[in-house]
Amino acid sequence: MNAIIASTVFGVIMMFSGILVDNKKTVTSLAVVLFLALLGVNGFELATADPKSPQVLFNNMLKIDKMSLWFNTIITASCLIYALLIGKEVRKVGSHVGEYFALMFFIVCGLYLLSTYNTLLMMFLGIEIMSIPQYILAGSDKKNLKSSEASLKYFLMGAFSTGILLMGITLLFGATHSFYISDIAGMLNNENLNPMALTGILFLIVAMGFKMSAAPMHTWTPDVYDGSPTAFTAFMATVGKAGAFFAFMRLFYGALGTISSHWTMVLAIVTALTLLIGNVTAVFQQSVKRMLAYSSIAQAGFMLFAILAMNAMAIQAVLLYSLAYCVATIGVFAVVVKLKDYTYDGFNGLAKKEPLLAFVATIFLFSLAGIPLTGGFMAKYYVLAALTKQGNLLWLVIFALLMAAISVYYYFRVIVSMYFKTGEPELSSEVTVTDKILLVGTSLVVIAIGIFPQFITDIF
Amino acid sequence: MLCFLILVPVVFSLFTFLFTKTNDGAKSMALISSILTMGLAGYVSAQTYAAPMVMDMPWIPTIGVRFNLVADGMSGMLVLLTAIVYLVVMIAWINKEMPLPASFFGLMLLAQAGLMGVFLANDAFLFYTFWELALIPVYFLCSLWGGEKRIQVTMKFFLYTFVGSLMLLGGLIYLAMQVPSGDAYSLNNLIAAGSKLPAGTQNWLFWLIFIAFAVKMPIFPFHTWQPDTYEQSPTPVTIVLSALMVKMGVFAVLKWLLPVLPAGVAYWSNTVVILSVIGIVYASCLAIVQTDIKRLVAYSSIAHIGLMSAVAFSHNTVGMHGILVQMFNHGINITGMWLMVSMIENRYGTRDMTKLGGMASTAPVMAIALVIVSFAGIALPLTNGFVGEFMLFNGLFGAQIPNAMAMMIIAGLGVILGAVYTLNMIQKTAYGEAKAMVVAKDISVNEMIGVAIIITLILFLGFYPKPLTDMTMQVATALVR
Repeated sequence: MNAIIASTVFGVIMMFSGILVDNKKTVTSLAVVLFLALLGVNGFELATADPKSPQVLFNNMLKIDKMSLWFNTIITASCLIYALLIGKEVRKVGSHVGEYFALMFFIVCGLYLLSTYNTLLMMFLGIEIMSIPQYILAGSDKKNLKSSEASLKYFLMGAFSTGILLMGITLLFGATHSFYISDIAGMLNNENLNPMALTGILFLIVAMGFKMSAAPMHTWTPDVYDGSPTAFTAFMATVGKAGAFFAFMRLFYGALGTISSHWTMVLAIVTALTLLIGNVTAVFQQSVKRMLAYSSIAQAGFMLFAILAMNAMAIQAVLLYSLAYCVATIGVFAVVVKLKDYTYDGFNGLAKKEPLLAFVATIFLFSLAGIPLTGGFMAKYYVLAALTKQGNLLWLVIFALLMAAISVYYYFRVIVSMYFKTGEPELSSEVTVTDKILLVGTSLVVIAIGIFPQFITDIF
Repeated sequence: MLCFLILVPVVFSLFTFLFTKTNDGAKSMALISSILTMGLAGYVSAQTYAAPMVMDMPWIPTIGVRFNLVADGMSGMLVLLTAIVYLVVMIAWINKEMPLPASFFGLMLLAQAGLMGVFLANDAFLFYTFWELALIPVYFLCSLWGGEKRIQVTMKFFLYTFVGSLMLLGGLIYLAMQVPSGDAYSLNNLIAAGSKLPAGTQNWLFWLIFIAFAVKMPIFPFHTWQPDTYEQSPTPVTIVLSALMVKMGVFAVLKWLLPVLPAGVAYWSNTVVILSVIGIVYASCLAIVQTDIKRLVAYSSIAHIGLMSAVAFSHNTVGMHGILVQMFNHGINITGMWLMVSMIENRYGTRDMTKLGGMASTAPVMAIALVIVSFAGIALPLTNGFVGEFMLFNGLFGAQIPNAMAMMIIAGLGVILGAVYTLNMIQKTAYGEAKAMVVAKDISVNEMIGVAIIITLILFLGFYPKPLTDMTMQVATALVR
C-alpha cells in the first residue's frame, strides 16, 4: 500500500524535478535516491507484513500477501540496479530526463498493482498503467525514425491486445458473474464448464502472452526492442516483462488453477513455440541488441514453465528467475549501451580494449546461458525442476534443454567476438571508475544468487 | 582437507590472473600450485587405502543439495593422476614462452579445480556444477591459444558437450524428484531411488544421462569433435583433455550411471559394447592413415577409451578393476605421448610424419623416450599398459553379454592395429633419413624431468602394479554387485 502511493508520489516528484533542477546529472541522482527510498519502503512493508493473513485493501480489490511484497522488492531492486548502471545513458536520449524517470516510476506503480490485484479490474488497470508509459518510452528518441516506428507499432499492437484482454475479462465475467479472483475460482469447476469461460481464458492467454511476448504473439518484440533507445529497451525487456509475467501467473494460479487441465496443453504449446522461435531466430541475428530481443522471448518461454508447473517450487522459481533474468539482462545492456556499433563485429576486440567490461559481460552472458554458479543457472534449474516435479510435461523439459543448448551458441558468439577476434571497438562514452565498480558489484550479485539461491527462495 | 584440493588451484589461479604480469611469474605460480596440489593429492590417495575420506556440509538445503566430497579408491586414484599430470605439464612447459601467460596458466589451474571437483563430488548437483566448470576454462584455452581453425572447432566441441550436459541435468533432476525424502541429490539416495524405477523408465533415462558421458569419453558415434579439438588445442590443453577430461566420462559412467540405473544398463549393455568395439576398430584404422602425429594420437585415444567403455558395460569384477587401473595408466601414457609430440613439433617445426625422420641419430634421448612411451601405449609386457589391457581383455572375455567372445576378438584387433600405427610412427620419426631440425637440441633439463617422471611410472607400474591395484580393488568389487 505504502509502496504504491510512494511510487506515484516519486513519479510526480521526478516530473517536476525537470522544471526545478537544470542539471541532468542531479536529476539522475535524484532518481537513484528515490528508487533507493522505494526499495526502503518495500523492505519496510515486507518486514512488517503479517505472514499469516494478507492485507486486504479498497473493498477487497487489492490483496497484498508476502509473495507479492517479495516480488515487489525484487522488481524495485532491479530498478535500482538499472538506475545505477544505465541511468547515465538515459541522459543521452533526450532533454526530458526527469520525465523519463517519472514514466519509469509510473510503470513500477503499475507493476505493484499487477502483483497485488484481487479483481480483474485492478489487473486491467495495472496493465494499462504499465503499458502506456512504455509506449512513450519506446518513442522518446523523437529524431530517430526507428524509435517512432517502434512506438507506433507497440502502441497499435498494444491497443489491440488490450481490447482482447477486456474481451477475455468480459467473457469470464459473463460465465462467473464476478471480477474477483476468489469468486471466479469458486465458480469454475471441471464438471460443467461454460464455453464462454473457456473462450475468455483463451483471450486472456493471448492478451497476457502479448504483454510478455510469448509466441505467436511476439512479433512486435524485436522491432520495438531494437527501435527503442537502448537505455529504455533494457528497462522494458526486464522489469516490464517480469511484471506482466507475474500478473499472468497470479491470474492462472488464483482464478483458473482449479481447471488447469483445460488450458495446460494450450499454454504448453505456446511455451514450446516461444522457446523454439526465440532461440532459433536469435541465432541468425547480426545485431547484439536484436539478439537480446529474441533472447528475451526465449527467456519468457522458460518463465512460462512456472505457470505450467503450478506447485510451491514454481513460485520460488518465479521469484528467482525474475531476479536473475532482470539483473543479468540489465548488466548486458549496460555493457551494450557503452558501444557505438551494436553488431557482433562492433564487439570485436573488446577484451583487449576494456578487459573489465568484457569480463563482466561474460558473467552476465553466462548467467543468461545458464552456466553453473550464476543466478541464471539456478533460475533455470528451479523452473525445470518444478515442471519435472509436476510430472506430466516431461517432453517440454527435454525440449527446453535442447533449446537452452541452442541459446549457448548465440550468447557465446558475443564472447567469441569480445575475446577471440581482433578489432577496435568504438565506445560511445568513457567507462569511468564508478561504472566499473557498479558493474563488478552487479556481477557479484549474479554469482551470489547462483551460489546461495536459498536467500531468494526461502523468504517465506 | 578434501576441499583444499579444489581451493588451492582456485586461489592460485585468481592470484595468477590478478597479480602476475610476466611469463616467469605466471609459470612459477602454476608450478607452486601444482606442487602443493601434488602433495595434497599424495596424502589423500595414501589415506584411501585405509578408508575413504569424507567432507560434508550443507549447501542448498531446500533442494537437498550438500557440499559432499568423498575420496574413495577410485576418486583418490584420479585425483592423484590429475595432480601428477599437472605437475608434469608445468615442469615441461616451464621454459616455453607464450602470449598472455597469466590468463593461460590461470585458466589451466581453474580447469584443474573443476576436475578435482568432478572426481570428488558425491552429490549429483555438485558433480554437475564441477562438470560444467571444468569445461569453461578449457573452452577459453582452446579458443585463445589454439591453431588456425580454433574458434569453429572449439565451438563444436563446446556445443557437443553442452548438449550432453544439459541432457544429464534433465536426467539428474528427474532422478532427484524420485527420491522420497532426505537429500535429493546424494549418491546413495539416487542409487536407492534409481534402482527402484520401472525398467521402461530406466531405459530412456539411461540415454539422457549416458549421452553426456559418451560425448566426453568419447565413444563412437559421438566422437567427431575429438580429433579436431585435440589437433587445434595447444598441447598442454590437449593433455588435460585427453589424459583427464576423458576420464571424467569413464569415471562418471562407473560412479553415476552403473549403480544408479541397473536395469537400464543391463538393457543397453549390448548396444554400448557394440558401439565401443566398432569405435575401437574404426579409430584404429583411421589412426593408420594419419600423417599428423597429433591426429594419430587422438584417434589412438578413441580406441583405448573404446575398450574401457566396452568393459564398463561387461559387469565383471576383473574388468572393472582393469578399467580403474587402465584409467591411471592411460592418463600417464598419453601425457608422455603428447610431451613427445610437442617436443618433436618444437624441434622440427612440423608434426607431419612424411617430413620427419632420423631422430635417433640427431636426438637420441628423445628417440629412446618416444620408443618407451609408445611401447607402453601398445601394452608391451613390463610396461604399465600391459597390466591394464590384460585385465580389460580378461573382463571382456567374461562379459555377461551375448557374443562376449566375438567382441573380445574384434576388440583385440585394436591391439594389433595399435601396434601397426604406433610402430609406423616410430619408424617414420625416429629412423630413416635425418631431417633438419629447426631447434637443433636434444631434450632439455626440465623436459627430461617431466619425461623421467612418466617413464619411471610406466616401468614401475609395469613391474609392480600392486600399489595401484590395491588402491582400486575395493571400489572395483563394490561396483560389480
